[in-house]
Amino acid sequence: MTEAGKMDPKELIARRCAAEVKPHTLVNLGIGIPTLVSDHLDEGMGVFFQAENGVVGMGRRPPEGMSDRHLTDAGGSFVSAVPGASTIDSAFSFGLIRGGHLDLTVLGGLQVDQRGYLANWMIPGVYVPGMGGAMDLVTGAKRVIVAMIHSAKDGTPKIVPECSLPLTAERRVDLIVTEKAVIRPEDDGLHLIETAPGVTVAEVRAATAANLIVTGEVPEMDLSRSC
Amino acid sequence: MYQALTVDEAVELIPDGASVMLSGFMGVGTPDRVVAALAASGRRDLTVIVNDAARPDRGVGPLVKARCLRKFIGSHIGLNPDVQEQMAAGTLEVELVPQGTLVERIRAAGVGLGGVLTPTGLGTRVAEGKQVIEVEGKPFLLEPPLRADFALIAARSCDYVGNLTYMLTATNFNPIMALAAKTVIAEPEEIVPVGMIPPDAVKTPGALVDHVIRRVA
Repeated sequence: MTEAGKMDPKELIARRCAAEVKPHTLVNLGIGIPTLVSDHLDEGMGVFFQAENGVVGMGRRPPEGMSDRHLTDAGGSFVSAVPGASTIDSAFSFGLIRGGHLDLTVLGGLQVDQRGYLANWMIPGVYVPGMGGAMDLVTGAKRVIVAMIHSAKDGTPKIVPECSLPLTAERRVDLIVTEKAVIRPEDDGLHLIETAPGVTVAEVRAATAANLIVTGEVPEMDLSRSC
Repeated sequence: MYQALTVDEAVELIPDGASVMLSGFMGVGTPDRVVAALAASGRRDLTVIVNDAARPDRGVGPLVKARCLRKFIGSHIGLNPDVQEQMAAGTLEVELVPQGTLVERIRAAGVGLGGVLTPTGLGTRVAEGKQVIEVEGKPFLLEPPLRADFALIAARSCDYVGNLTYMLTATNFNPIMALAAKTVIAEPEEIVPVGMIPPDAVKTPGALVDHVIRRVA
């Protein structure tokens, strides 16, 4: 656990999220921490990564000097394609997303609230990047995992009773993974289901503005299921 | 058959105040030569419909920098400080549309539908002022079609009758936008004789294309 305790917070989150990815599924990873998730998956798992700009079967960075502007991810970074990949137009790509064909999306978050609602596309008056594909992803994916640092840079809690920032969708996300905890939103509220190595329940509570439901002993994150 | 145009001849067709669909995703699949010429032309008050604002030097970026736009309709503007600055100054109106809704609104216009019923945006700011329609017990937002005077398309190959192919993720909005504008201008990377593009590879039939940009000036 010493090793996990020293792990970079973003790596820890990515690694824990990777354990949620099932073999032979279609997965969309958002920009930032979510992008790191694929580094912790065995390439033989048969997972196809979709990017909104129109690729199913996105691969890692191309070999040095082999990148081409015609093949990028949704952030505009150069990628490769795995054997069996396909490319599609934007309407088809969002048809996959909204139509319920996407098994999982992992997205970053600015706030998640007690209902499990996510806000991740604007801070009014401060920063307005736009929703891009986030609203469609949260609305349409079979499973939505929010991967984010537990608190804002200034220490303000991001897991709150009710989002003060504009919502991304009126849909309860399935799981919240931070460097401190794994939290599952349910009908009765947010359940604290795992703590990160070396983090106590009290520490998670102190960093969380929303009420956390704790049932019995909270196990430590199992990081052995991803590489 | 087409009389292929130079980029400047193509830009001459586009007046001040026109609405323009511009394909591309973070500048990938954007007709960069037409964009550069349009930015240099000093056009004003254009409405541009584009997935994202890319970066200042990519995609729609040069048009923003040259202050050609009055209105931007798209899904993401976070990586272009020029858009943020002009929006804050009140000189550029920005309408943010969820990406999947944007492409379906364009498609709806292009295929003759009266709009799109989508669950995306329900319960968010996007739903403000919009009609909610229930179908089979589920609520959907009614989103209107989105059409434009011009569509500026980036193709990989174009033959002499205007059939277009696209490449990998440079496809994105291209085949959809080519359906939804009064005048469609295609900027191909190569022009080939008729017959060189297999019918199954054609993603935009030449019947939709009004003008082709020359390979050489």
